[in-house]
Amino acid sequence: MSASTVEPASKVELPASVGGGGEIPTFDITLRVRRYNPEVSEESHWDEYQLTMYGTDRVLDALHKVKWELDGSLSFRRSCAHGVCGSDAMRINGRNRLACKTLLKDLDTSKPITVEPIKGLPVEKDLIVDMEPFFQSYREIMPFLISKGHAPTKERLQSAEDRERFDDTTKCILCAACTSSCPVFWTDGQYFGPAAIVNAHRFIFDSRDDAGDMRLEILNDKEGVWRCRTVFNCTEACPRGIQVTKAISEVKQAILARQF
Amino acid sequence: MQVHKYDVVIVGAGGAGMRAAIESGQRARTAVLTKLYPTRSHTGAAQGGMCAALANVEEDNWEWHTFDTVKGGDYLVDQDAAEVMAKEAIDAVLDLEKMGLPFNRTPEGRIDQRRFGGHTRDHGKAPVRRACYAADRTGHMILQTLYQNCVKHNVEFYNEYYVLDLLIVEEDAVREDGTAYKQKRVAGVVSYDLASGELHVFQAKAVIFATGGAGKVFKTTSNAHTLTGDGMGIAFRRGIPLEDMEFFQFHPTGLAGLGILLSEAARGEGAILRNSEGERFMERYAPTIKDLAPRDIVARSMANEVREGRGAGPNKDYVLLDLTHLEPAHIDAKLPDITEFARTYLGVEPYTEPVPVYPTAHYAMGGVPTNIKGEVLQDNDTIIPGLYAAGEVACVSVHGSNRLGTNSLLDINVFGKRSGINAAEYAKTADYVELPENPANETIALLDSVRNASGTERIASIRADLQETMDTNMQVFRTADSIAKALSDIEALRERYRNISIQDKGKRFNLDLLEAVELGFLLDLAQVMTVAALHRKESRGGHYREDFPNRDDANWMKHTMLYKDDAAETEGIKGLRFGTKPVAFTRYEPMERKY
Ligand SMILES: Cc1cc2nc3c(=O)[nH]c(=O)nc-3n(C[C@H](O)[C@H](O)[C@H](O)COP(=O)(O)OP(=O)(O)OC[C@H]3O[C@@H](n4cnc5c(N)ncnc54)[C@H](O)[C@@H]3O)c2cc1C
Ligand code: SF4
Ligand code: FES
Repeated sequence: MSASTVEPASKVELPASVGGGGEIPTFDITLRVRRYNPEVSEESHWDEYQLTMYGTDRVLDALHKVKWELDGSLSFRRSCAHGVCGSDAMRINGRNRLACKTLLKDLDTSKPITVEPIKGLPVEKDLIVDMEPFFQSYREIMPFLISKGHAPTKERLQSAEDRERFDDTTKCILCAACTSSCPVFWTDGQYFGPAAIVNAHRFIFDSRDDAGDMRLEILNDKEGVWRCRTVFNCTEACPRGIQVTKAISEVKQAILARQF
Repeated sequence: MQVHKYDVVIVGAGGAGMRAAIESGQRARTAVLTKLYPTRSHTGAAQGGMCAALANVEEDNWEWHTFDTVKGGDYLVDQDAAEVMAKEAIDAVLDLEKMGLPFNRTPEGRIDQRRFGGHTRDHGKAPVRRACYAADRTGHMILQTLYQNCVKHNVEFYNEYYVLDLLIVEEDAVREDGTAYKQKRVAGVVSYDLASGELHVFQAKAVIFATGGAGKVFKTTSNAHTLTGDGMGIAFRRGIPLEDMEFFQFHPTGLAGLGILLSEAARGEGAILRNSEGERFMERYAPTIKDLAPRDIVARSMANEVREGRGAGPNKDYVLLDLTHLEPAHIDAKLPDITEFARTYLGVEPYTEPVPVYPTAHYAMGGVPTNIKGEVLQDNDTIIPGLYAAGEVACVSVHGSNRLGTNSLLDINVFGKRSGINAAEYAKTADYVELPENPANETIALLDSVRNASGTERIASIRADLQETMDTNMQVFRTADSIAKALSDIEALRERYRNISIQDKGKRFNLDLLEAVELGFLLDLAQVMTVAALHRKESRGGHYREDFPNRDDANWMKHTMLYKDDAAETEGIKGLRFGTKPVAFTRYEPMERKY
């Protein structure tokens, strides 16, 4: 089966506009970053930087420009720089986003752009927070396939429809943007939080898994899914486009269905 | 300074490190040290697939896979290693499925497979569907699945611990033929805890290096900011040779100007390349498999189109990846992430517009030499007992001078597993090697020299200049002149590196300090790559010399081995000793590589 619907032509006319382009415009921004370093002071403060940036630049590029050219002590996590590793969730203009996926030109550059650490997790330094509580909740929902019976010699069969059933929640990169945007989590750090529920969903709805009941039991806890107030912050925050609130409500329904 | 003691210490928690940890953790007391949280590792960025001759959708077998790997690597592949990898590929994929990896499925519910460059049926007759995949986030699913299984098996992680030194002792020993030599033995590693700034020494019977690649030597790259070749650099500084460092893969389809990868899966699913005239130019360069020719050939063809004035865009400096003849629904099902990259970062809609692309530095074929058990070599035939390496940091060599797409996710699983088992088995019977006195002294000296430096140079400026010269002079087309230019630039940059300073003098999360240390590794590796490239006067796979455009088996069918050696000199560079290592042949005679 060839994937293409038509065999592509050897030669085509290309419209003049192809590839966009032209000179990349530059513009000036003010970046306001919330700074905190307990080695220096117990108080956090704001630093402002005036920067000239390019039209294709992201917030991460602006942070790098500060770190690399102005103030090497500015601290933040990052790795892949294209939205797949989950290192650089932060609050940008009051919304949780990945710095490497937020283009400056999509923000209002006439006003200062504010950058703060995500909320609800202890701040360690500048934009770096302690991720341990977040991963602790993740580990508690048993985020691994548990399958009873004998493993087949070849692969387990799974229909394309069954595979599709949990596709959305396999996209999670554990960036914590959802959990740290949740007002319930801000006031109650014990709440599992959306990310852990998303990852439980990924297994509960996997036809190959046999431990759904155990996970539903865990999430039926008082710090589990019932704390969710369907605020939808998490869905808005998710850089992977996961329907987080929907996943949570599917888990709620599964718990209710099980109790009949 | 704290001292910890484990049977096995694994450095790196990408695919190779975690695959090793799953094996080792169940057999021996194991710690995994990683400078990133495991799920941040760059294995998660891999998109297209992992190949194995499952023959789920059409006839295939591991022997064809071996052949393709050997031919794709332009015959510099060690054939015994390629055979092991192709044979064990099948179990490697099935292992992952059993661990829970959500592969895409065929209508019958089997693992689905798709085409990828250089993978063919029956020794080159036609493309074959060999790549197992999970949409275009196969690496993400591998990384997540391996992490999930590490959680399941209670693997002990030390997150955000940067390993900065390998503790090696040397013993007098005598070879079978009576000659005396120094046998290296591994005692452990020294690491730096990012959160506290404290040093931790880990004593271990066995150490596995799985630190990934070094793409940040280049400016335009698909690699993460953190891929700074630390493992290669550390090993090299400790007298371990680096093999085949002149071979770096430039992936054809990086987003123009950014380097962000658009997987070859796009072409596997039917996308094609066009120049500014709208011509499908790969028909000219590789008439049989066209856009699915191996990466080095496609990348050079693209660069050649641009050089000859058929580049697209205002500066005519890129070509176009055309998906417009594919059904949007098909694109959404099979290539959702990469089409979103085009939209997010270039503002191009792949349903209706071709996407600007240009080759991007992607993969280090070379690295720390190992045998097929994953044991690290201190020279052509001597292993270092207890020291293992797997994944992109290592050179087994299964990729030769050019890696085929989907063979690296395979490599990390096959050789990660082997290293994990072998290291744990070794640790069961071995004794600890005594730690050297003051084991952290050299690391302390390294860090102090950076922290207390009061020069005028900024790390970022030296790094940017390094990446610029490597892109200009060491990319898909090389000549003696361009390489020599890169080399002299690197020498000047190494001089400037002696005159740096950093701003952050604190202990907590001092990434300023670590970026300076990482730059030190990049400078060392750039020098090794460049010297190796200057030395190899032929063209093979990823290394293309315009002044020596042909492959020259009579003189160059051998691996490069570069050693740090203060007494030696290579290509005018003091402190480098050049050596070679024979290529292992089993059944494939070198042929011309035509597609
Ligand atoms: C964008 C992209 C797409 C790709 N797509 C494919 C594909 O479709 N198919 C395929 O086969 N291959 C693909 N590859 C190649 C493949 O993904 C990589 O070669 C492979 O994942 C490398 O795995 P690894 O485990 O060796 O290293 P990584 O996953 O990079 O992990 C390195 C680990 O080492 C740790 N580390 C590094 N330095 C230190 C230090 N000093 N101290 C402590 N820890 C350290 C890091 O924290 C990390 O955990 C792709 C590569 C890229 C960049
Ligand atoms: S669900 Fe989305 S926002 Fe939440 S951790 Fe996963 S990727 Fe991040
Ligand atoms: S740096 Fe990896 S997600 Fe932003």
